[in-house]
Amino acid sequence: MSPLSRRAFLGTAMAAGAGLVIGFYLPHGNSKGSKNFAPNAYLGITPDGKITVVAARSEMGQGVWTALAMVLAEELEADLNAITIEQAGASTLYGDQTTGGSASVRTAWDPMRKAGAAAREMLISAAAFEWGVPRSGCKAEHGTISHLASNRRLTYGELASRAAELPIPADPPLKQAKDYKLVGTPAARLDTRAKVQGTAGYGIDFRLPVMKYAVLSRCPVCGGKVASFDDKETKKIAGVSYVGEIGESAAVVVADSVWAAMEGRRVLNVTWDEGAHKDLNSAAISNELKQAAAKKGVALYAVGDVSKAGGRRIEAAYELPFMAHAPMEPGNCTAHYQGSQCELWAPTQVPQDVRDSVATAIGLDPDQVKVNVTLMGGGFGRRLEHDYAVEAALVSKAIGAPVKVLWTREDDMRCSTYRPASYHKMSATLDGQGWPAALSHVIVAPSINAQKGAQLEGGVDPDLKDEVALVYSLPNALLQYVQTETPVPLGWMRSVYALQAAFASECFLDELAAAAGKNPLDYRLHLLAKDEDIKYFDATWKTGRMRGVLQLAAGKAGWGKALPAGHHQGLACFGCFSSYMAEVVEISMENNQPKVHRVVAAIDCGQVINPGILEQQISGGVIYGLTNALRAQITIDKGRVVQGNFDDYEPIRMNEAPVVEAYFVDSHEAPSGAGEPPVPPVAPALCNAICASTKKRVRRLPVLG
Amino acid sequence: MADISLRVNGSERKVSVSPDTPLLWVLRDTLNLTGTKFACGAGLCGACTVHVEGAAVRSCSTPVSQVAGKNVTTIEGLSANGLHVLQKAWIAEDVPQCGYCQTGQIMAAAALLAKNPHPSDQDITNAMSGNICRCGTYDRIRRAIQRVAAGGVR
Repeated sequence: MSPLSRRAFLGTAMAAGAGLVIGFYLPHGNSKGSKNFAPNAYLGITPDGKITVVAARSEMGQGVWTALAMVLAEELEADLNAITIEQAGASTLYGDQTTGGSASVRTAWDPMRKAGAAAREMLISAAAFEWGVPRSGCKAEHGTISHLASNRRLTYGELASRAAELPIPADPPLKQAKDYKLVGTPAARLDTRAKVQGTAGYGIDFRLPVMKYAVLSRCPVCGGKVASFDDKETKKIAGVSYVGEIGESAAVVVADSVWAAMEGRRVLNVTWDEGAHKDLNSAAISNELKQAAAKKGVALYAVGDVSKAGGRRIEAAYELPFMAHAPMEPGNCTAHYQGSQCELWAPTQVPQDVRDSVATAIGLDPDQVKVNVTLMGGGFGRRLEHDYAVEAALVSKAIGAPVKVLWTREDDMRCSTYRPASYHKMSATLDGQGWPAALSHVIVAPSINAQKGAQLEGGVDPDLKDEVALVYSLPNALLQYVQTETPVPLGWMRSVYALQAAFASECFLDELAAAAGKNPLDYRLHLLAKDEDIKYFDATWKTGRMRGVLQLAAGKAGWGKALPAGHHQGLACFGCFSSYMAEVVEISMENNQPKVHRVVAAIDCGQVINPGILEQQISGGVIYGLTNALRAQITIDKGRVVQGNFDDYEPIRMNEAPVVEAYFVDSHEAPSGAGEPPVPPVAPALCNAICASTKKRVRRLPVLG
Repeated sequence: MADISLRVNGSERKVSVSPDTPLLWVLRDTLNLTGTKFACGAGLCGACTVHVEGAAVRSCSTPVSQVAGKNVTTIEGLSANGLHVLQKAWIAEDVPQCGYCQTGQIMAAAALLAKNPHPSDQDITNAMSGNICRCGTYDRIRRAIQRVAAGGVR
């Protein structure tokens, strides 16, 4: 890599070039690093003592900038407040820059620690050389190296340039967990002040000195196109400067202000060619899923032979609707097309995909597209798409000026990508004692990745590999996937397929326990009693760790103890994104609707970096899961999404929010996912509690649908 | 277009906009006060909450003509130094995750405490349930308000 390209990548923070720079590689998800070492993250220490990490990990609320800074600070022996994480834009030179899959901390843990340790060792060596003393007498602490015997000290900034001349150690010693000073503490987040003062710059807040604003009218029927449009009324709105088609399925109104653009769109008369899906509706989609359940699926997991087990047979089917991410900040992107180049400012989880998709759409090379990543007002997977950015680039090209494309809430609800609707055929055979001799789960759902053009290896959507393991000791078990197709756009939504799989399998476990006349907790603990490694694709799941979270949650919730009159509990446990999660939901029924009083959640996600941030992810994940369980439902009628705003797709508000208690298993295992694992157990635990109260099974979400 | 005068964060501001323009867009686009957020555009979520004469209003659904001559306070003007007791409490409790709705949450809480300095749990729920947080920070929002009400922030 040339110094120039490195400098270009490092941006403003390191542009001076002086000081210490260490490049390292942050892998994404399960992707393996490339064989040729190509850094995609940099640690820099400038002579003025500023410590900066340039990394492509988008901050969308999950606290990743603080967590990564803590991991680095621990090994570097620097103060947390001295570290800045600088968001890297898309680069053609480096590896995968996606933020998603609850992967940031678990994949950064080793490389970030090693980068910090390497820098620490180099700074120690530089100081020892400077003073002419052995390294062993030098100590790194709080951003300085000190020589105790002579009471001398130098700051990291003073040593940075000298350290830069030394070789980077390939395998620097890492601290032992017992010596951690920062990791495991609830250090305050680094981004809070700007967020409470209103100065944090989200994508929607970005502005250029001169720019236009645009909103688009998109075909409400998926796959439909613009037939024609009449802009007579639109052009009468003061401030509207341009109306035109964008792509095949949208018309844009460009104006001097957001409001003028919105008003212009309100009176724009578009005639749609609604295409093949104009009669699509939810009942037909549901029916198709049900029919497909009879097809032969591909086996995701098989142990023993479920057809050979004899005994009492239990069957049930579960169903879930499409759901929308609905982050608070609607989609937006600012683009400035200038002939041979295009610059974008996008709240995105996928800067490289944005760059490549934009380049294709406007006929440039990826190198000619510059993507700046802004802070984002929630992601939940919605910003793994590139649609908002491609639109902005196309509009900017069409008008020859910088423009911000803004989606309204209705746009976001109706023209989004959705969590796949699914159908689940469950069956089990119980032995004489009521334990499952065989358990079978057929997941019927469209494939997100196939719809986006991926070839499915062995017919398995790759997202099923990280998200739907069956972590119980079972003599005979079969987990299958039947792939269906849908014209409804699909996306990765927080916890992806884990939510659907957990709902079906953990509700069904309660049905089996009930059929066996056993307590749902005891029933699960029996299936987790033996320490067993469960191999599921590339992962190895441990029954012991699942047992641990289940016991922790049940114990803290007072499972089996007396509850207030009318209160009932339900529980569920599930493993996804390499973490183990159990939750106990306590409800009472009021006017035939559940009121959720308390959720006790326990996670085993290995080494906890920051319990404060982890608690945020758990309590927030539970609230998100509760919205999914109670109300989140996208329905289709006449090929259109019915829901439009927070009145008919209403997230949980404070008056419905339960107390959430979060507990962690004390562990020094490598960190695993935290953002998504809290979501899946909520719906089954809730529905199991409802059944405990009403004696009625809920087999279809949403509960209040 | 019309010339409309309003008092924003203590300063007299004259804007020339269509009188039906929601206050939200005047604040964000015309006056560059972007701490007030757009999320639903329909008065359903509270992300755009500001104070008009001290009362919490949804700026996305308030035509600017309705606030002509009135005092409007946004998150930028809630305190002189950006450290209103509620902002301090929000920092002490590390409330925000994505943070997008939090300025609206703080404005709603400030209007509550101005009227009712010692709200009960139920008062807090009633006052804050108009504000949606998709990150689910409700526990911490409640704690931050309680911290101020209990005199725990100076």
